[in-house]
Amino acid sequence: MTDTTGATDGPATRPPLTDTPQRRAMLRKLRRRPSVRGALLTLAAIVLAGLLLPFLAPQDPYDLNAFSVMDNLLPPGGESFEGQVFLLGTDSQGRDMLSAILYGLRVSLLVGLISTSIAMIIGICVGLVAAVMGGRIETLLMRFVDFVLGFPSILVALVLLAMIGRGVDKVIIAIVIVQWANYARIMRSAALSERRKEYVEAAENLGYSRLRVMFRHIMPNSLNAVLVVATVQIASAITLEATLSFLGVGVPVTEPSLGLLVASGFNYLLSGDYWISFYPGIALLVLISSLNLVGDRLRTALDPRRS
Amino acid sequence: MALFVLQRLLQSIAVLFAVSIAIFLAVYSVGNPADLLVPPDATQAERAAMIARLGLDRPVWAQYLTFLGNALQGDLGTSFVHGRPALSLILSRMPATFELVFWALAIASAIGIPIGLWIGLNDGTRTARAAMTGSILGYSIPSFWKGMVLILIFAVWLQWLPAAGRGETVSLLGIPLSFLTLDGLRHMTLPVVNLAIPNIALMIRLTAAGAAEAVHQDYVRFARAKGVRPKRIVRRHVLRNILIPIVTVLGVEFGSLIAFSTITETVFAWPGMGRLLITSIYQLDRPVVVAYVMLVTFIFVAVNLLVDFTYAALDPRVKLVENMG
Repeated sequence: MTDTTGATDGPATRPPLTDTPQRRAMLRKLRRRPSVRGALLTLAAIVLAGLLLPFLAPQDPYDLNAFSVMDNLLPPGGESFEGQVFLLGTDSQGRDMLSAILYGLRVSLLVGLISTSIAMIIGICVGLVAAVMGGRIETLLMRFVDFVLGFPSILVALVLLAMIGRGVDKVIIAIVIVQWANYARIMRSAALSERRKEYVEAAENLGYSRLRVMFRHIMPNSLNAVLVVATVQIASAITLEATLSFLGVGVPVTEPSLGLLVASGFNYLLSGDYWISFYPGIALLVLISSLNLVGDRLRTALDPRRS
Repeated sequence: MALFVLQRLLQSIAVLFAVSIAIFLAVYSVGNPADLLVPPDATQAERAAMIARLGLDRPVWAQYLTFLGNALQGDLGTSFVHGRPALSLILSRMPATFELVFWALAIASAIGIPIGLWIGLNDGTRTARAAMTGSILGYSIPSFWKGMVLILIFAVWLQWLPAAGRGETVSLLGIPLSFLTLDGLRHMTLPVVNLAIPNIALMIRLTAAGAAEAVHQDYVRFARAKGVRPKRIVRRHVLRNILIPIVTVLGVEFGSLIAFSTITETVFAWPGMGRLLITSIYQLDRPVVVAYVMLVTFIFVAVNLLVDFTYAALDPRVKLVENMG
């Protein structure tokens, strides 16, 4: 749902800040704002936790020998027979929720980053080609982009995965198919405004090849707008993965996923054992809202109308 | 205007064609439907006869034309599981979904537009900025989890509202509706709220951005200089001018909420078409999945068309042909 935040009126149609010291100063100012700083620190902590996983997680939630059914459904802070404390409780099989959440976060981050990178590369290339080539090719490509963006992401991904089956790789494919067009659209409009500038003309007059002008000159100067979109799109990719897994068409049950954890706790929630569903959702919420907050501030900061 | 209408109509038909080809190829390239339809103990000859009878031995394009011909006559196949025409099965679930979507949008507008207007008029103040930041949370909460938290608070802990189902319905012109009975209203409340929350955030952001920009426009300054009362300026000048994008977004959101209600319907066991889609996916009931995609695409295209026409009618400044790029 993040792709309809009212941010769609395209920051790219305005000239991006190409003056580097200015941009640096702006980013420095941005980083000093407490809300942005908080969100960035949270993100850094989550990424770090994902990397340092084996040292942080109290147990391996996917090693059947690491936990015991005797400890099942312990509330947060509950103690096992051996005196081990479960900060966020345990699930129906006696798995430590904190460890399961940490493992799930890693999958969320991985899926978000990989699918966003692939979608971004495809989108940037399509957008660049459309902007530089113009004419029939541009019309054709952009009509296709409009067509793809006309459908809600959840529907396309859902039907697609229903056809090709579950799996981390398949979820990534589905997210890429859903998201690449966003980058193509923003890249094209950013590249179009760059293409008319003098430095591009100068580069062309120097006899540089089309490819070189495209990737060495136009692309780097159009990236501001693309990066704003990317921040928000990572958040939306992570939401999509969790939702698809929750609905039972995403990541298979053998893989750790926050969406699956929330789904597995549904029945227990109705009898009051809320923590199995509750805490994985909190983790998702913190991750997604931090990303959206940074994206929102970045967009405002790059918008020349507000200074 | 006639040219514009014709052009948009042709475009919409092209989109429907493209989707029908895509979904046809996707479904029939993934697995042979004969494997699902022919009983496993059939002999080779029986199998061949079945395939010939279903027309599966013909080339892909011929099969597609048959599919298209049937689709144009309203026949989108028969559900493997329910043994009913897929389209009528989905249509029977449609009122439940539409009811959710309609009330969610109504609530989102009733709450989101006034708040957004207030934020936009007080642009730059601390409260306004905090409210804008707060609205980020509104669209960041994963819908499925939010639904479960609503159930936890209002159905499990407080026990005010039921957690699942549609409750008692009243038939109005042959369409079963929930909001006319107290029991139905109690059942609807949580799913509608769940579906509405991200849209409240969206409406707030959209209205606030529009209003903040509108107050600096010349027509507002002029009205103020003329001595028009502030309330009247807001109602007659600011709100009127930002209403067009809001109407557009409401139209587009109607389509996308039909898709997103799939999640809400699953969490609250709401018997709508989204939940039917999910169960059909589990049961490999492909005709229903295909029919769902075609129907939702049709709704999408129709709504977009309607929005475009309204837009053109509302705002004479819109350059009709240029607007389409």
